[in-house]
Amino acid sequence: MAGSYRISGQGRLTPAKTARFTFDGKAMTGLAGDTVASALLANGVHLVGRSFKYHRPRGILSAGAEEPNALVTVSRDAARKTPNVRATVQELYDGLDVASQNRWPSLSFDVGAVNDLASPFFSAGFYYKTFMWPKAAWKNFYEPNIRSAAGLGIAPDQPDPDHYSSRYAHCEVLVLGGGASGLAAALAAAETGVRVIICDEQAEFGGALRFEKGAIIDGQDGWAWAQGVAAKLTAMDNVTLLSRTTAFGYYAQNFVGLTERVTDHLASPGREAPRERLWQVRAKRVVIATGAIERHMVFANNDRPGVMLASAARTYLNHYGVTVGRNVGVYTANDSAYAAAIDLKKAGIGIAAIVDLRDNPSGPLVDEARSLGIEVNHGRAVTSANGSQRIKSMTVQAKAGGAERTIAVDALLVSAGWTPSVHMFSQSRGKVAFDDATKRFLPGTYAQDCVSVGACSGSDSLEDSISQALEAGANAARDAGAKPGKGVSITVEGSEGWNGGMLGSGPGAGADTTVKAFIDFQNDVTAKDIRQAVREGMRSIEHVKRFTTNGMATDQGKTSNMHGLAIAAEALNKEIPEVGLTTFRAPYTPVTFGAIVNHSRHALFDPTRKTPTHAWAEGHGAVFEDVGQWKRAWYFPRAGEDMHAAVNRECVAVRKTAGLFDASTLGKIEVVGPDAAKFMELLYTNPWEKLEVGRCRYGIMLREDGFIYDDGVVGRLAQDRFHVTTTTGGAARVMNHMEDYLQTEFPELNVWLTSVSEQWAVIAVQGPNSRDIIEPLIEGIDMSDEAMPHMSVREGKICGVPTRLFRMSFTGDRGFEVNVPADYGRAVWEALWAEGQKHGACAYGTEAMHVLRAEKGYIIVGQDTDGTVTPNDAGLDWAVGKKKTDFVGIRGLTRPDLVAKGRRQLVGLKTRDPHVVLEEGAQIVENPKQAIPMKMIGHVTSSYWSENCGRSIAMALVAGGRDRIGETLYVPMPDKVIEVEVTGTVFFDEKGERLNG
Amino acid sequence: MAKIATAARNPAHAGKNVGGEGVALKVLEPASRMSLRARPDTIAALSKALGVTLPQKPKSSAAKAGRTALWLGPDEWLVIDEAGGDPVADCAGVKGLHSAVDVSHRNVAIAVTGPNAAATISSGCPQDLSLAAFPVGAASRTILGKVEIVVLRTGEDTFRVECWRSFSDYVWGFLSEAARDAG
Repeated sequence: MAGSYRISGQGRLTPAKTARFTFDGKAMTGLAGDTVASALLANGVHLVGRSFKYHRPRGILSAGAEEPNALVTVSRDAARKTPNVRATVQELYDGLDVASQNRWPSLSFDVGAVNDLASPFFSAGFYYKTFMWPKAAWKNFYEPNIRSAAGLGIAPDQPDPDHYSSRYAHCEVLVLGGGASGLAAALAAAETGVRVIICDEQAEFGGALRFEKGAIIDGQDGWAWAQGVAAKLTAMDNVTLLSRTTAFGYYAQNFVGLTERVTDHLASPGREAPRERLWQVRAKRVVIATGAIERHMVFANNDRPGVMLASAARTYLNHYGVTVGRNVGVYTANDSAYAAAIDLKKAGIGIAAIVDLRDNPSGPLVDEARSLGIEVNHGRAVTSANGSQRIKSMTVQAKAGGAERTIAVDALLVSAGWTPSVHMFSQSRGKVAFDDATKRFLPGTYAQDCVSVGACSGSDSLEDSISQALEAGANAARDAGAKPGKGVSITVEGSEGWNGGMLGSGPGAGADTTVKAFIDFQNDVTAKDIRQAVREGMRSIEHVKRFTTNGMATDQGKTSNMHGLAIAAEALNKEIPEVGLTTFRAPYTPVTFGAIVNHSRHALFDPTRKTPTHAWAEGHGAVFEDVGQWKRAWYFPRAGEDMHAAVNRECVAVRKTAGLFDASTLGKIEVVGPDAAKFMELLYTNPWEKLEVGRCRYGIMLREDGFIYDDGVVGRLAQDRFHVTTTTGGAARVMNHMEDYLQTEFPELNVWLTSVSEQWAVIAVQGPNSRDIIEPLIEGIDMSDEAMPHMSVREGKICGVPTRLFRMSFTGDRGFEVNVPADYGRAVWEALWAEGQKHGACAYGTEAMHVLRAEKGYIIVGQDTDGTVTPNDAGLDWAVGKKKTDFVGIRGLTRPDLVAKGRRQLVGLKTRDPHVVLEEGAQIVENPKQAIPMKMIGHVTSSYWSENCGRSIAMALVAGGRDRIGETLYVPMPDKVIEVEVTGTVFFDEKGERLNG
Repeated sequence: MAKIATAARNPAHAGKNVGGEGVALKVLEPASRMSLRARPDTIAALSKALGVTLPQKPKSSAAKAGRTALWLGPDEWLVIDEAGGDPVADCAGVKGLHSAVDVSHRNVAIAVTGPNAAATISSGCPQDLSLAAFPVGAASRTILGKVEIVVLRTGEDTFRVECWRSFSDYVWGFLSEAARDAG
């Protein structure tokens, strides 16, 4: 027998199939099909954890996803360690290692339990009020100590070796919940032939039929019927059955997130299967069949291990064959707990007494309990559970008070009634409505194409639930476009009712008491905490919730919300609907990061984009830098060179002979159509109509506010065709910006935009020998200065393949950019490299590119501009068409603050000591002796060592900068103040003669 | 002048293929591709010039003699020619308003085949790829994980996935990973 509390002949597990596991190092045996909770209970273990705040001993409250107490850490190995697993959900497998949490040094002797004795000091809002002074102590003392004392399990400290998967799915009908109602709805929808997905968080379908022994459906025991229906659905091609799958989030337009736990129940999962699979389902109709959750009774020390929901005890007996005690008490305010007492009694377990808060309980269950010889005490309350690490007795008293009676028990089953699970409905933005007759919130106004059926919709009988579900399933299929099927009929011959119950605290835990009567077990919130919150001025339930943390734990108040609300309403002397229900938010139960991230790890975390010549650069020792998603060659160090030496050599070589640079990452947009020039006029500050075919122009693009958005060289290939280049980082957003204006502002223009960023590999050949390097490989283009002056573009062939050859320069030296179809990029690069070798050319990277352009004062958008820089600020007024009457940003440019004096303007800076290189981003002041905080008048945007200039160079945005040329300014640094002279932005070849050199 | 050696073509991932359970991935041969934009009154003339009737229904394509036109938007098509033709040249003589841009090298194509092909793509693509919603010949510009793809169903169990060249590492990696869990 796997555990001494396993009752032979009870439950559905196979006694021969044992599974060994350890709990806090102690070896135990359970059965295949057990949860950790049922296996522990079978071994007589109730104490499984310590509470969050007071470190009180805690047991197992439930048998499902609502469990607030029994949180454990399960481990496969050092890396596969999952904290805060609900023992009631984790399936047992052979070799499972389970550890309790939030205790030190051991579960039975926990030093932190001193918090319980000090609890008068830890009341609601305690943290807000107490740890206020001194301010610094919060960060250094209070917070670290509170964090180590309070809390749950410890996060794993190793990378997760498992992998996770994802799947988008579409269906006509999605059924959330696989109990009797969900199964019936799925069956009715599926027989019409439409696609149906049904999911349930449990390992097997059947929901409450797991414990509801009285259910007889179609002549069978309810559970057997459920397995039959599940098998039938599995056999249908149009149905996807997902067990161990939680619907955790309900989003817009019937988009529902599910997590399927694929391997957590397996002893040897193998390497191929993902641990979890995220399903993102788009459903035409959703049937919500999420059932109801039983509430506990609120009385003193109701958190003692052994106190358990009646339905949970029934589940452990009827499904797992485990009794939760030998001498069991029952405290209830409704009928359903009687069924638990009856089932246990019939299994040979002693029932000490049923204590019923109701004055005159009646009905078949009450009669049956009495006829079995169970003592029924009506009109009475349990005022206290006694014992520490396990309940030993219950104190019973008449509701009106009077003599107390102590009854010995080793377990106490409680039921205050059932709370419909409206979580998914509420997440769908449906509005719940309070049903005053039954004192519960039910689905009210729907916001999406969904319907609630069964217990979650307030249906109390199995018969009603199933007929409602059949109709809803058929209607959902019909509304999703199905032809009617033959119809499904299900006959319910036996059923149990769940109505009735109470909300809030029971006798002995009322407003005049100071006992610890827990509402929210996981966050240690008691009835008196709620009352205190009201006393201290909280009026809205949202405030009460945040002040007390009621319902804010990982169980999200599944058992506590209604009790908390009722007590707050009572304290406020208001009706429950006036106080309001807090909104349910995703996730329904905790979701792993792995499931959310799924494939997006390692290489798939984000795309890594490589250019066609990437492998060549790698082979030639390039060091790469990340530019957005791109890998770009940063510099090409030779043996013994550091970055500085490599960049210096590359910069000198380009100006001396030539250099090859991979510019493939530049954005490229082909603008085609009879109105292409007109469109360019509107999107750029420059004039384009008169640009001749075959010529290029440097263009500036503004946003509506007049600030520089992007720049690039544009070539006119034909009257109606432009080849536009953008910055690397701006490629996607510039395309969107242009498309946006074309579609919304200028839809009348006959022009189209096509991204050709990746059609063309771009090899920049820059330097005095650039033409000599390219020319031998070219056919059909006259590259002489006369035929092809600076800023021109030609189409022809290079190495026998098509090219768009631009003559342009981002170095200030003679230069070209060779565009070839991407697949030819590598071969053409190699051919140019071979030619270049004859001239002593180098390959250079982005760092040398930056230095070379800075030597010429060419800006980089996003480095020398920051979204607040106008063309004038950047010294680029010449690029704004003075005769133009319209372009995006033209009105922005006339704003008073954009034409005001004293704006920050781009200037050059030369340090007094030419060897000092300024730090980019450093602030600039007029007078370094002024008091701190100093008045900052600008900052350094670009700064480099320029080997070609033999000194450091920098650019900066400085208030009124151009009027300050020649002035001395200062750059205060932590260790010194650097003196700089304001200069123009061109540091090299000021006359620009080298463009044709 | 010495004869200029013709540059060799180096397509991304040339010849790569991988098999999973019920699904195989293969990088397809280079093809000619054209991004075509046009006003409605030019569609007939372009169709004639191309030899394929440009589809006008969302999520559809038309194919003839190794040339496929995929509807991507109300005035946008991707034309893929696997028979060595030059669709841009074919459109050159058409007078009506249109834009024909060669994007042959912009894209890389991956064939996803097998009974689990749809499930593999569905790992990162929110399109409904069931045969009813996405029959043979259906085409869509959509996403796979974090990148844009164009997906074309070429057979009940066969898809052509096109992505931009520099995203092909990602798409190949994603599909390979997804193929592990397509069963």
